[in-house]
Amino acid sequence: MNANAAVVARTPQEFKSDLKPVWCPGCGDYSVLAAITKAFAKLELLPQNVAVISGIGCSSRIPAYTSCYGFHGVHGRALALGTGVKLARPDLTVLVAGGDGDGYSIGGNHFLHACRRNVDMTYIVMDNRVYGMTKGQASPTTEPDWEFSKLTPEGTGLREFHPLVIALASGANFIARAFSGDPNGTADIIAQAIGTPGFSFVEVLSPCVTFRPEQRHWKDKARPAPVKTTSDPSQAARRILTDDGFNVGVLYVGNRKPYQPSIGRGTKKPADLEAGFVL
Amino acid sequence: MTHPISTPRASVSIVLAGSGGAGVMTAGNMLLEAAAIAGYYALMTRSSGPQIRGGEAAAMVRIATTPVENVEDHFHVLAAIDWQNINRFAAEIPLDASSLIVGDPDHGEPPDVFVKSGASYAPVGMKKLAKSIKGGWPNMVSLGILAALIGLPESAVARAVEKSLKKRPDSLEASLAAVRAGMHAAEGMPARYPLRPAAEAKTPRWLITGNEAAGYGAIRGGVRFVAAYPITPGTELLEWMAPALTKVGGALVQAEDELASINMIIGASYGGVPSLTATSGPGLALMMEALGLASASETPVVVVDVQRVGPSTGIPTKSEQSDLNIALYGFHGDAPHLVLAPNSVADCLTTTQWATHLAEMTQAPAIVLSDQFFGQARAVVDRPADLVFAGQRLTAPANSPDYKRYALTDSGVSPMAIPGTPGTVYTADGLEHAERGTPSSQATDHLAQLDKRQRKLESVDYGHYWAEVEGEGELAVVTFGSCTAPVREAFAQARRNGFRARLISMRLLLPAQTARLTEALAGVKRVLVVEQTHSKQFYRYLRSEYDVPGSVSSYSRPGPLPMRPEEIVSQLEKWSRA
Ligand SMILES: Cc1ncc(C[n+]2csc(CCOP(=O)(O)OP(=O)(O)O)c2C)c(N)n1
Ligand code: SF4
Repeated sequence: MNANAAVVARTPQEFKSDLKPVWCPGCGDYSVLAAITKAFAKLELLPQNVAVISGIGCSSRIPAYTSCYGFHGVHGRALALGTGVKLARPDLTVLVAGGDGDGYSIGGNHFLHACRRNVDMTYIVMDNRVYGMTKGQASPTTEPDWEFSKLTPEGTGLREFHPLVIALASGANFIARAFSGDPNGTADIIAQAIGTPGFSFVEVLSPCVTFRPEQRHWKDKARPAPVKTTSDPSQAARRILTDDGFNVGVLYVGNRKPYQPSIGRGTKKPADLEAGFVL
Repeated sequence: MTHPISTPRASVSIVLAGSGGAGVMTAGNMLLEAAAIAGYYALMTRSSGPQIRGGEAAAMVRIATTPVENVEDHFHVLAAIDWQNINRFAAEIPLDASSLIVGDPDHGEPPDVFVKSGASYAPVGMKKLAKSIKGGWPNMVSLGILAALIGLPESAVARAVEKSLKKRPDSLEASLAAVRAGMHAAEGMPARYPLRPAAEAKTPRWLITGNEAAGYGAIRGGVRFVAAYPITPGTELLEWMAPALTKVGGALVQAEDELASINMIIGASYGGVPSLTATSGPGLALMMEALGLASASETPVVVVDVQRVGPSTGIPTKSEQSDLNIALYGFHGDAPHLVLAPNSVADCLTTTQWATHLAEMTQAPAIVLSDQFFGQARAVVDRPADLVFAGQRLTAPANSPDYKRYALTDSGVSPMAIPGTPGTVYTADGLEHAERGTPSSQATDHLAQLDKRQRKLESVDYGHYWAEVEGEGELAVVTFGSCTAPVREAFAQARRNGFRARLISMRLLLPAQTARLTEALAGVKRVLVVEQTHSKQFYRYLRSEYDVPGSVSSYSRPGPLPMRPEEIVSQLEKWSRA
C-alpha cells in the first residue's frame, strides 16, 4: 500500500480526530466511523494520503472525525467534489461519504454519473431512510407509508429508490451492502471496496435512532448474504431486486477500467502552445 | 454622410452572406487570413440563422491599419452569394449611401431592407462565373471581388487560400482561378474601398479568438485542471483547452452538469492543482451555491463566464453584459470574491491569467466576465506581452506545529495544506469554522472569519491593472468589457470636433477600487457610464460603490446588437449641447 506500511502497523485510533461527533447517542454513524478507521488501519494507509469528502447531513459530518484530510462541502455534491480531488490527485485514496438524502435525492445525478465514470474511489452512503439533519423528513429510500413527517403526514406514497440496482445499471464496479451494527464486517467490506479499482459503492444501513427509532430492530434483520459475490451483472441485478434489503456483503464486483485522465505528464511548455496562434 | 469612394482608408468593414453550404465562413476566414498576410489588423464576427446546422450565415470582417477590437458604424460592402433569409440579418448589417451591395442576379434582387439605405448595387453572376471554372465555387469568386474592392494583393489572397486548402491541393487551382475571376469582375464597380498601405509588423501577429486567449491565459496562469459542461458561447474555450491541457500535463473533464463542474474544480484545487471552469449565464447561475463554498472554504477557483443575452436561455449566440449583477451579488451570505472583465480579444489572455494568479494568491473564487463578442470573434492581434505575476498560493510546510488552516493572519491569507503533506491534516469546511477549521457557530468566530476573508482581497496591491485609464479632460466615460473599444473609437471620432475626455475601462470590478477610481476621476465634472445591459447594472454598481463626481448619466442598452461607436458619439453630443 505505502512505503512505510511494513514498518508501522496502523491502529484505527490513529485515524480518529479528537473532535467529538455531534451525533445523537446510539446513532448508527458512530459505528460507520469506527468501521472506516478500522478499514484504513487494515489497509495500512497513512492519514495524510487519504481524503474523506462529504456533503451535508448528519452522516456528512464524518470527515472532521477522522485524522485524514477532509472536505465538508455542500449538500448533494460530495461525489463531484471527490471526483475532482481524485482526478487531480490520483495518488490519494479518496473516500466519499454521506446520507441517502445527500446522495440519492439532491445528489442523484452525480450518483448516476459517478457510477458511469468509474473513478477509482469509494462511496459510502449511510442510509437511514430519513433526513436526519433537517429533523425527520422522508428521503428517496423512505417507505411509502411512513407517516411520521409533517411534510408527508400520509406517507409519500412513492416507491422507494433502489440505490444498489441503480448503481449496477449505471456502471459501478463494486457494489456492497453493509450494516453499521456490525462494524467489523463493515470494515472488511470498506477495505475491499477501497482495494478494488474503480468506483466502489457501499450502502451501509445505519439507523437514525432519533427519527426512525424502529430501525433499532435492523439488527434482527441484517444477515450475511447467503450467496457469493458475483461478477455477472444480470445475476447481481436479479439478486438485488429480489432480496429483502437486508442481505449484507459484497454483491457485485466487475472489472471495468477506472477513468483517470493522465495528469502531470505533459511534454510541452505553455509557451509552445503559441505556435497555434502565430500567423 | 457619403465618403469619397477611392480615397485610401484606415479601416473597412465587409460582410459576406449566403445560405447554408455556400461557404461563407470559409471565404470569410480566408479574407481574414489574407488581410493578416498583407500586414493588416482584422476582426471577424459571425452570425447564423436559428437552424442548428447549415442555416444562412454572415461573416463580418473589419480590416484596418491599426488594431481593431469592435465593429464599425456601418459596412462598406455587403456581398451575398444568394439572398435566402439574408434579410434576417438586416439589423446587424447597417449600410449607408456610400456602401456597395454585391449580389448575384440569378438569385434575385437585393432585399428592400438593404436597398433603402441608398447603397449602390453591383450585380455579378457569381454562380455562372464559378460554373465556367471546373471545380470553381461562388464563394471563391466573392472572395476575389472583396479582395479587389479593398485592394488586397492577389499574392496575399493566394497564400491564404493555399493555407486553408493545404489538405485539398486538388481544389487549389480551381479556387485560385475563381478568386482571379472575382477580382476581374470587381473592375469597374461603382465604388471601391482601398485600404491604406499596412505598416510592417514588427513581430509575428496572432490570429486568435477571445475564447482561445482566455484558455491560454489560464494555462499561463497555471491552470491544469478544468471540469465543464458545454454551453454556447463558452464551449470553444473548452474545445481549445482540452488538447492544450493534455500537452502541458493537465486534464479537462466533461462533467454531468455545472453543479458537478464547479464542485469538481473545487475538489481539484483543494488537491493543489489550480483549476478552472468556463460557462455562460445559465451555468453560472447553477454554480452560485458552490461558489459560496469556494469563498467560505477558501479554495481558489476561476470561472470564466462567456456572457450571452439573458435571462434564461435568452439569445445564446449574442452578446450582453447582463451577468454583471449575478457575478457581483449572486452569492448567498457575505462571500468575498473577485470579478474581472477583459477589455479586448487579446486582453482575454491577460485578464484570465491575472484572475488565476489573484485567485491562487487570495485563495478565493474569481469570476472572469468575458462575453460572446470577445469569445467568438477572431482577431489579428499583436502578440500579447509576456506577463509574469509574482506570488502564488501560500501552502503549509509539512509538520507545521499547531497547524491552523484558517489562521487569522494580518493579510488574511493563511497557509493552505495540500493533501499528502504530513502533519497538517485538516477538514476544509463551508460550515463557519474556527481557525483550525472545526465547525463553530460562535459570533466571534463568524466575525473573525468574515473579516479575514474580506481582508485577503483588500490587502492585495492590484497595481495599474485594475483599469485602462486614457485621455484627459473634465468629461469621462466609465465602462468595462466589450464596450471599451466602441467608446475608444467614439472618442476618436468626436476628437475631430475638439472633444476631449477620459476613458476608464475597469478590468477589476470586485473588490471595488474606490480610491483608484476617485483618483482617476479627479477634476471630472461629467461622467457617462456605458454598458450593455437593460437595467443599468454597471451604472447602479458604480453609484453604490463609488463616490462618482459631477453629474453622472448612463448609456445602457441590451444586446443582441454589438455596441457601435456612433451610438456613443450621439450620447457625447448631448453633452456638448447641454
Ligand atoms: C441546498 C440545500 N438544500 C437543503 C439543505 C438542508 N439539508 C441539510 S442536510 C439535508 C438532508 C440530510 O439527509 P441525509 O443526506 O439523508 O443525511 P442524514 O442527516 O440523514 O445523515 C437537508 C435537506 C441544505 N443544506 N442545502
Ligand atoms: S438525527 Fe438521526 S442520523 Fe442524525 S445524528 Fe441523530 S440519530 Fe444520527
